[in-house]
Formats: sequence, C-alpha cells, structure tokens
Amino acid sequence: MSAPAIARDVPRETAPDVAIDVRHITKTFGTFTAVDAISFTVAPGEILGLLGPNGAGKSTLVRMLTTLILPTSGSALIAGADVVTHPDDVRRAIGVIPQALTSDLELSPRENLSIFAKLYGVPRDRRRVLIGELLESVELTDWADKPVKMLSGGMRRRVEIARALVHEPRIFFLDEPTTGLDPVSRTGVWDMLRRIKSERDLTVLLTTHYMDEADKLCDRIAIVDHGKLIALDSPTRLKAAVSGITSLEVSFAPAPPNWLDDLTRLPGVDSVTGDGSLFRLTSHTGAATTRALLDEAADRGVSVESISVANTTLDDVFLHFTGRQLRDHLEGPAAADSPFILRR
Amino acid sequence: MHRIMAMVERDLRRFRRSPVLIVMSLILPLFQLVILGYAFGGTVKHLKVGVVDQDGGVPAVKLRELTVAIASNARTFETVSYSDPGQALTALRTGRLNGVLTIPPGFSRRVLAKDEPRVALIEDNTDNFVTGALAASVTGMVDAYNLHEPSTSGIPAAATLDVVEVYPYVPYIQYLLAGSILLSIFTMVMIGGGIIFIDDKARGLHEGYLVTPITKLELILGFNISGALKAILAGVVLMTVGSVIAGIPNPFDPARLLRLLLVVVMTSVALISMMFMLMARMSDPLVPRAMFGVLNTLLYFPSGAVYPTQAFPTWMRVLSKVDPFTYGVHALKSLLLKNTGFGAIAPDLLYLALFTAVTMTIATMLFRRTL
Repeated sequence: MSAPAIARDVPRETAPDVAIDVRHITKTFGTFTAVDAISFTVAPGEILGLLGPNGAGKSTLVRMLTTLILPTSGSALIAGADVVTHPDDVRRAIGVIPQALTSDLELSPRENLSIFAKLYGVPRDRRRVLIGELLESVELTDWADKPVKMLSGGMRRRVEIARALVHEPRIFFLDEPTTGLDPVSRTGVWDMLRRIKSERDLTVLLTTHYMDEADKLCDRIAIVDHGKLIALDSPTRLKAAVSGITSLEVSFAPAPPNWLDDLTRLPGVDSVTGDGSLFRLTSHTGAATTRALLDEAADRGVSVESISVANTTLDDVFLHFTGRQLRDHLEGPAAADSPFILRR
Repeated sequence: MHRIMAMVERDLRRFRRSPVLIVMSLILPLFQLVILGYAFGGTVKHLKVGVVDQDGGVPAVKLRELTVAIASNARTFETVSYSDPGQALTALRTGRLNGVLTIPPGFSRRVLAKDEPRVALIEDNTDNFVTGALAASVTGMVDAYNLHEPSTSGIPAAATLDVVEVYPYVPYIQYLLAGSILLSIFTMVMIGGGIIFIDDKARGLHEGYLVTPITKLELILGFNISGALKAILAGVVLMTVGSVIAGIPNPFDPARLLRLLLVVVMTSVALISMMFMLMARMSDPLVPRAMFGVLNTLLYFPSGAVYPTQAFPTWMRVLSKVDPFTYGVHALKSLLLKNTGFGAIAPDLLYLALFTAVTMTIATMLFRRTL
C-alpha cells in the first residue's frame, strides 16, 4: 500500500493557535485497545471529522477528549487545558453533543436549555437572552415550550445543538450527530451546523460513519480504524492520494463459480469485493480493465446486466488505506438506534 | 449550590410531568393497606360445626343451647345437628363442616357427679386461622358453661385473669398503616429514584451533565435531595390519606403530624441513600426492576409491619435489627397508634440517621463522575 498523505507531525509544544492537541492518546479496556496512540491537532475554526466504522474507537476518543473517561496513556489539551489534570477548565470550554439523544423528554426545549445554563453557571439575565437567541438559531422558537417528546428526531438533535451552546463554548464536539435521522433531517442539521459554526466562530470535532457527511462538512478528515489513526487530511487531498483509481460496479446474470477470482486476475485490478451477481472492482487502469472485463464476460458467455464507472469516493479512500470498504461495517443496525445503550 | 438546585429542579419538573409515576407509586401501598387491612383484620365467622349429642340429658341440652346462642349472636359458627357421629365425620372430611362437637354418652351424669365431664371438638386443621378461631370460640363457650355450674365451696374453682387494655381497640388496618407508609416511600425511592436513575444512565442522559462543570458532590446531593423530596411527598400522602382510610383517631393533630413528618423525612433520606449506594455502580436497567421485588420482601416483611417481630426465628430477628424499615415502622406505629412523644421515637430516628450516614458514605465512595 502506498504511503498516505497523513498530517501526523505533532508539534512538541502546543501552539497558541491550536484548539485541540492530542498526543499519543490510548485507551484500553482489559486486553482490548479501543484507541491506540492517536495524535492530531485541530486549528481554531476548523471542522475535523473522525471517520470510521462502528467500533473503530471514535466515540471512545471523543469521550476521552470531553472528560467522560480517563485515558490509559497519552494526553490531550483542549483549549490549552489538560483533560486529566484540569477537566473543569475543559468542560467550560467545550460544548458536547453525545451520540444518544440526551435531552429530557418531559421537559420543553427552553427548560432543557435553562437547566444546562444553570449547570454551567450562566447568569440569569444572560441566560434568558441567550436561550431565546439559541432557540431562534436552531429554528425551534415555535416549539420552545412543548415537551421534547413531541418533537421529531431532527428537532431533538437541534435542541441538543442549542443546549451544547448555552454557555457559549469555543470548541464543539459532536458524536455521530445525524445517526438515526432521515436524509432531509440530516441535511437540515448539516446546514445548521455550518451556519452556527461560522456565526459563533467554533472549532468543531465530529465523528461520523457517513462518508457524505464527512465529505460535505469537514475541512479535514481523520480516518480511524481498529483504534488507530490511518490517515488525516482534507477530503480533496485524501481522494487525490488515491487518484487514478477507478471504481467499477458490475452486475452479472448470473455470475459463474469462482468469478471473483477471475475478476481479480483482470489487468489493472487492485481489489474486488462482492458476491452473488453484484461485484465492485477498483482499478488503476480503468479503461483497460473495463475492456478486459467485457471481453472476459463475452468469452465465458456471462451476460453483463449493468456496469457503472464511479469517481473516487471516501469509501475508496477508506478501502485504499484499510483494505476494506467502510460500508461493509455498516450493514447492521447502528447501536445508537437502540433505545438503551449500555455504557461502560 | 445553584448546580445542586438545577439538578433538583430538573428531576422535580420531570416528576411533575409524569402523572403515571406519581399514581403508581401511591396506588400500590394504598391498595395494599385497604386489601390486606380488611383481608387480615376481620373476625372469622360463619364456620360450620356439626353437633352430635350422644347424651341427650339436661346438661347436654344446656350446652347445645349455648352453641345456638353463639350461632345467633357472635356468628363465629353455625350448627348442624347430627345423630350419627359417622355421618358428621364424613361431612367433616368432605369439607362440608369445619368441626364436629361431640357430647359423649354419660356427659350429663358426669356433670351432675362433677366427675370431669368432657366434650370433644374434632377439627379440620388444614387452616390454622379457622382452627384457632373455632377452638377459641368453643373454649370460651365451655368456660361460660362452667361459670353456670356453682362451686360447692362458693369459691371460684380456678384463678381468673382480667385483661385491661391501655389503648382503644386497634383494627388490623390501623396496625398495617405504618408499613404502608414505609412501602409508599420505598416504592417512590425504587421507581422515582433507582429505576429512573439507571434508565437515564442506560439512555446516555448522564453524559449530558457529566460534561458540565458540576462536581461529584453536587451530583450526589442533587440526586439524593430530589429523590428524598419525591419519597417524602409519597409518605405524606399515605400518612394523611391512609390515616383517614384506616380511621386513626384525631388524624390531623398538628403535633403528631409534625412528628410523623419528621419520621417520614428521616426514613425517606435513609432509603434514598441506601438506593443510591446500591445503584452507584449499576448500569443495566433490568437490575433495579429485578431488585424491586427482592428488596421489598427483604425490607418490608421482617420489619414488623405485618406481624410482630417477636414471632420471628433468630436469623430473621437479626435481619429485622438492621432493616431500616423496622425503625420507621416502629416510630410510625408509636405515633399513629399510641400518639407518643418524641422520646419514644428518638432511638428510631437515631438509627435512621446512622444508617443514612453509613450508606451515603459508601455511595459517595462508589460513585464515579466518569462513565
């Protein structure tokens, strides 16, 4: 595998313009290493996305950075404060949207925001003004006094976004902010995040397993797999790192036995996945591979039902760096869909 | 302080919007008070007793007249006359009779000769409550019969006992009220405290406030104050409504209400501390639900709420000694049934305070501010 375009060089001293500085942070549970010596920095105003499948260690990493669990080793400075030695300074500087929807369902959005403003010690006068502004900002003014349980999933997520901003933090952590939302609500949350981020000059670190989310929202993407940081760069540069690769998605009717092995032997093919009748190939000689594939199918008397040629996606990037496709990990229901998420 | 109050406000606002929780926490103890109070508090009546008179003499007739008098007045039992003892015993074995009173041949002769006359009561002893009631009634009847037989010396044949009761008669429903108040507090502590706490934890709600600057002590105090307030509310409702239902004399005596409130507060704080200690490291929402029944049995029944602790075997008396319910029940019974002063309940309050201190200390040591 070729060397990826990874920005792993971490400065020895935290520069003033670094919002998040993570150094060799590790978390083990017994013999299992959930996060394995990950290091990166996030600049003020930047949106960094942690992209990886379920179980990659993204949420564990975010929980360490938001003081919810202690690292086994390594360190992290958030707004200049150490997550282990000065957790309260970190907590005052950050707004967090956990993976689960954590608003109190019986309370209204206004009450949820008010309780959290009190927990952060926001003065009464400022509280009243700020809560009104935030509810307007997330377009929930009309629903401000209805119980949260009456709100849709997208609206509840917006309540959480407003709640996490109630003490005017500088750094925003979002753990899979759109998991479980329908496509329209997801787009709505993206638009809202972009707007709020620019209005409030926030630094954002979000985790996602949606490639389109990472692609559209993030300035840089960190690909995480098996607790390790695999690659870190802008979406454009990550895709450029695997440029020249063409993705072919071909449907046969039907595919003969050992067809996957035959496809693997075609000229220029880097990888083949699939079974049944649908196969996905990546190739560094797209046109030659396509011609060879059609010839092979004709020679073997295999009927090609459809063929599509795709540009490089983040899935290709993930495949390139990990040897597996991201979507293979996402077939099962996401843990967040369950009403009960057991915590360690 | 403002963070503690924010936690309390959050919990009480949620509680106010959950009428089902409020009703369910109060309904179980109220139902238990009324159903158990009347089910166990009543006098056993309308038992069927076969009377076999194999004597037929005047003293035997007088004894039979006494059985008819009981059947007409106390109604503990109704009589059915049998001439054949075999038929009466068959009726007893087939469940048509609860007992057979046999007046043997020669009974009248022995009475007149003062030669230890005897009658026999053959009982269906599969139900101890029925057996006890029947034996007590027939024994009383025979004692009454003996009183009518003059002593030859003019001096009573045996010593008699006169019982003087200090307090008015206490129906069982009043006896049970103290336990029901404890049960209402415990139910609220379990449902409104333990189960909601673990459900919130399992749903990830705790993550929301663990990322705020709230301290461990503020969190613990917030949880416990709101839990105790809900439990006190449940206890006060049962204390007042239950007193009226059970017919406690002068239920709204202000001095007694204040002492009752003190016991309810101390018990609520003790039980919420115990609950918090048990839940501090728990995360599975099924566990508190499973624990509900177990704890209910372990705490409620050994406390003396439904039966005197003096009747318990040694191991159960030990359990009763450490059970906080025991002290709550004792204090509430003292106030509800005897309207005692503070001195009589002070040892109970002292134990509840010590229990709170121990469980709260352990809970604080077990509680983790991180996930």
